[in-house]
Amino acid sequence: MNFKRFGRTAAIAFVAVIALSSCAANEGDTASTGDNAASGLTGTLNAGGASSQGAAQEAWVAGFQTANPDVTINYDPSGSGAGREAFIAGGSAFAGSDSYLDEDELAGVFAACAPDTKAVDLPVYISPIAVIFNVEGVDELNLDADTLAKIFAGTITQWDDAAIVALNPDATLPSALITAVHRSDDSGTTENFTDYLAKAAPEAWGEEASDTFPFGGEAAPQTSGVVSAVTNGVNTIGYADASAAGSLNTAALKVGDEFVAYTPEAAAEVVAGSPLVEGREADDLALDLNRLTTNPEEYPLVLVSYAIVCNEYADAEQGALVKAYVEYMASEAGQAVAAESAGIAPLSAELSENVASVLATVK
Amino acid sequence: MTTTVAATTIKARQRPGDRVFSTASVVSGSLILAVLAAVAVFLLVESLPAFVAPDEAFSGETRNFWEYVGPLVFGTVWAAVLALLMAVPIAIGIALFISHFAPRKLAQGLGYLIDLLAAVPSVVFGLWGITVLAPMVRPFYVTLVEWFGWIPLFEGPVSGTGRTILTVAVVLAVMILPIITAICREIFLQTPLLHEEAALALGATRWEMISMAVLPFGRPGIISASMLGLGRALGETMAVAMVLSPSAEVIFQLLTSENPTTIAANIALNFPEAHGVGVNILLATGLILFVVTLVVNMIARAIINSRKAFSGAN
Repeated sequence: MNFKRFGRTAAIAFVAVIALSSCAANEGDTASTGDNAASGLTGTLNAGGASSQGAAQEAWVAGFQTANPDVTINYDPSGSGAGREAFIAGGSAFAGSDSYLDEDELAGVFAACAPDTKAVDLPVYISPIAVIFNVEGVDELNLDADTLAKIFAGTITQWDDAAIVALNPDATLPSALITAVHRSDDSGTTENFTDYLAKAAPEAWGEEASDTFPFGGEAAPQTSGVVSAVTNGVNTIGYADASAAGSLNTAALKVGDEFVAYTPEAAAEVVAGSPLVEGREADDLALDLNRLTTNPEEYPLVLVSYAIVCNEYADAEQGALVKAYVEYMASEAGQAVAAESAGIAPLSAELSENVASVLATVK
Repeated sequence: MTTTVAATTIKARQRPGDRVFSTASVVSGSLILAVLAAVAVFLLVESLPAFVAPDEAFSGETRNFWEYVGPLVFGTVWAAVLALLMAVPIAIGIALFISHFAPRKLAQGLGYLIDLLAAVPSVVFGLWGITVLAPMVRPFYVTLVEWFGWIPLFEGPVSGTGRTILTVAVVLAVMILPIITAICREIFLQTPLLHEEAALALGATRWEMISMAVLPFGRPGIISASMLGLGRALGETMAVAMVLSPSAEVIFQLLTSENPTTIAANIALNFPEAHGVGVNILLATGLILFVVTLVVNMIARAIINSRKAFSGAN
């Protein structure tokens, strides 16, 4: 009797092991049958880097592996710095990074690339950063860079400060303290936010761009922490990736003479209108984001994240895999998938083409 | 001749069960020492680069490791002590109620309930802290600053979200309450009945009986229970990381947006994106936490040993 029961359990366990182990490690969708054999890609791709890309990478990995069932892609969202280090040391096939390679890094050796070749930065991920706020009785808020900088630097402390009232003549601003919430962990969102303030309001901000917030004040971990602190707090303001803003009110920023609310289109527009960083190889698409734009079609507070890949891989098979995968990421289909699941702003057609033409030369 | 015979006959037969059991217990006993030693060695080796790390490895105005870890140590101890100040009196109250005041049936149920509190994961306490507790206590903080702002501890400006060190201390107090209560209850139940009856017979009220017989008898137990609670509060990570609005300074104000953070929470927040020597710096703060916990436990041992005279049924 006992033995019988044991036998039954064992049989179930055995069948389960067989059934489960026949799936690939991180396959998103097993129902894919079609012209799989056509791609002919096989192998494993290990990559890592920016955690901002995490959600988008999950969507891309699922989409790519559905189309290429023999490929396994692992993306470790360990952070931009760690991702670049691992890529340079040859530990990963490409890196996701919120900042492009600096000159020191470009001057060094890339272990994964063919000897004497370098790596290039390809923008694949654009996310607008929203200024979120929670003030009773205020649904719309207009801010310029100067005022925003002063609020987060702690020099404007009251919601009914003359500077805010001047920008919002119709709003009923309470006479209450402002609680400005920033990220307590190092983050690319903070880096882009401070970069915007440093460029657009250098005097009021007085600090350089950095991934650590330079002033004191209320802090919260991760994007979700900032959003929940702003939601649950009173008279709060914060900054977060727009996709996470949820039902919170977002402020419009002054661009030129108008106030521009964030939209994916306006974010993509400012990236499309930004020049490449000067003094780099022609196929390096590192962008010098135009924070000082005066075109009201553009929203200057955006985060651009790159895929850093080799011009020529030491291992040709890895090169082919990276090429196919990054092509998919930058393609219209890939951008649409990420826009839906991670709330990114799709690349403009022109930028997407530029990325594709660089990728065409990757070996 | 006879002695040798006696010796051989008396020697117990070694059954396989005996051998397996004794080996198993010896191995488990030494395993804990080995694990502790391995952790200490790992932390030491990984920490070494942090102690000699250059200025650039630290952000802001921090110049070396000791300047970096100082405020963190303060925050860790500060939060844990605040939590203990709140938790111990309440825990003693609950334990006394269960052991000496409540009807037996109620006492049993209440005991289970308290133990259940210990089983709640700290992430849940963290979520409760940010979504329920912090917004709830904020108006109270505003009043506190209005009336008692002249006391440095309660100086404003008050935080707009309520995510302050005092809120964290309340969450921590709730988390360490079960362990302190459970131990105190067991200790109070062991008070010799003779002592209690003698006190009552001399005309003591119930409160006098408790203060004369139960509390002095239980004092070493209360201390060791508090130290266990303190240990948990020192190492608590998730709840602090989620609830606290941190900054890297020594700040005594309880109700502002800027609060000293704890070592464990700081590691949890910064480890995912740390690289290079940053990882070593975080591990070195872990070593410091290890040392702080060890010191606290040693102090507790010393206190308990010095009060041995009061304990037991003497």
